[in-house]
Amino acid sequence: MNTKDIVYIALFAAVTAVLGLFPPITLPVGVPVTAQSLGPMLAGAILGARRGGLAILLFVVLVAVGLPLLSGGRGGFGVFFGATGGFIIGWVVAAFVIGFLIEKFWHRLNVVTAAASIAIGGVIVDYAIGNIWVAAVVKISYWQATVGMAPFLIGDGIKVAIATIACLAVKRAYPLISRSR
Amino acid sequence: MITLENVTVQFDQRRVLDAISVTLTERRIGIVGANGSGKSTFVRLLNGLQTATTGTVRVDDFDAAKDGRKLRRHVGFVFQNPDNQIVYPVVAEDLAFGLKSLKLPQHEVDRRIDDMLARYDMTAFRNHPSHLLSGGQKQLLAISGVLVMDPRYIIFDEPTTLLDLRNRNRVERAIAGLDQTVITVSHDLDLIAGYDRVLVFDRGRIVMDDLPAHALAHYRGMMA
Amino acid sequence: MIAGLYIAGHSALHRVAAGGKILALMVLGTGVFLIADWPVLAAVLMVVLVLYPLSGFGWHILWVQARPMIWLLVLFFAVQLWLNDWQAGLVVVLRLAAIVLFAALVTLTTKTSALLAALERAMGPLRRLGVNPQKVSLAFSLVLRFIPVIAQVASEIRDAQRARGLDKSILALIVPLIIRTLKMADDVADAIDARSFDAD
Repeated sequence: MNTKDIVYIALFAAVTAVLGLFPPITLPVGVPVTAQSLGPMLAGAILGARRGGLAILLFVVLVAVGLPLLSGGRGGFGVFFGATGGFIIGWVVAAFVIGFLIEKFWHRLNVVTAAASIAIGGVIVDYAIGNIWVAAVVKISYWQATVGMAPFLIGDGIKVAIATIACLAVKRAYPLISRSR
Repeated sequence: MITLENVTVQFDQRRVLDAISVTLTERRIGIVGANGSGKSTFVRLLNGLQTATTGTVRVDDFDAAKDGRKLRRHVGFVFQNPDNQIVYPVVAEDLAFGLKSLKLPQHEVDRRIDDMLARYDMTAFRNHPSHLLSGGQKQLLAISGVLVMDPRYIIFDEPTTLLDLRNRNRVERAIAGLDQTVITVSHDLDLIAGYDRVLVFDRGRIVMDDLPAHALAHYRGMMA
Repeated sequence: MIAGLYIAGHSALHRVAAGGKILALMVLGTGVFLIADWPVLAAVLMVVLVLYPLSGFGWHILWVQARPMIWLLVLFFAVQLWLNDWQAGLVVVLRLAAIVLFAALVTLTTKTSALLAALERAMGPLRRLGVNPQKVSLAFSLVLRFIPVIAQVASEIRDAQRARGLDKSILALIVPLIIRTLKMADDVADAIDARSFDAD
């Protein structure tokens, strides 16, 4: 890992923090959507598995030691014991999975393969992990937690679309994945 | 003494520097050229940020191809945009950054930081967040971060481009006050008008190498 | 914002080493999940609450920490009441309140720099796994350094897009933001190398 990798990792940890500064948008159905979960999607899709996962891990560690970097100015070790703690830990795995898939598809990356990679990591994997926490903390079944998340999928769809377009645009303008291998 | 022998730098199909041979011994050397003329690549060779595709680059006893790390301590580099050069969020921490690699005792690190802050009247900003400094102060911090390492040569890559006139003059005075050998790349021709020697770059070659009066007149003619 | 949540003071809790406090938090965080008795959990929460005035924090500061989770706690209690019974509801609520308020207390009484330093020391043994503490510490500092810069670049791009009538589009912000900051990252990496950062 060279200096450039370290700087990229820090950059996407910081981008994820800055995305937390955007106020949540409330959809017509009344579900709030925050921009922050775009961070892991972008980190994985642009930096690849290893650097993307490490970028979000770095972000999560900084949150854990108490920096108020989560949207709404939250931070500190306590957030991992809350109902949404699993989603935040899930981001690390999500970024890694997205990066892994994007690398696999790198030479035939298009709207479909990029969107699928981002959706699998950023939505399916993240909810799979996050819902464990929701179920445990709220003391409901895993299935009940999963059903309860359905309204949030609208916001996730928007974020997958944004991350897909960004991933393809950056691949053309500033490809970082092929350069590293 | 800096010596380049037959140095070529090639990026893919593009030849950025073409068979450059030059020896530099003056204390103040200016470099001018249009965007893409190869001047930035030239100075990046001198502290090992860029490696030559063919040919040799020597600075005093160091060979750029073999002694990369030593060369970087010997030749400091100040970039155009201090925002990209300041690494640490607090002024004193940033000055300490390069010193870490010298493995000096803590009191020596502190002493050097104190001296450096005093030199440019920045003592009051010791624990100040670095991103909140003014543009001129940021450039002085960037220069300080290089000077604490005690290099023999300092390269400035367009150090005044982003500054207003007052801060430009501050930086000009700071550069004039340096004991080190200085190599300055600049579009600000007044900055290098009093130098000992000026090289003019065009399409990867040195097309003029003379005293500033001559070289700058030639360059102005080229750009007209 | 990046100053963290620390509030200066001289209490006993302020003086405990950062590493010790993190350890206590981990013990508490695990411990409360092993306890399923609401009166015991209530006692734990009481202890945490009493630590606030003992550390020199008034009710106002406690309220600021507690306020964001009040509605969440009410919701969790309601869900439990509906699915199980009120005792189960109390267990969930007390557990969460105790951990979150103690975590906040650790953050309030410990400087960010001390927490990061403790973390760097804790990473020492990871050296054997190929983790270089020097690189990690550089990465920590760079994040803190980048956050204000990126926020600045984002607002510049927003202004430029607004001038072109694109102010509603997050996409018109994200793509130029990433490309501009990647370029910046390359320059920063060069500057770090030029300043002879010893990565090995």
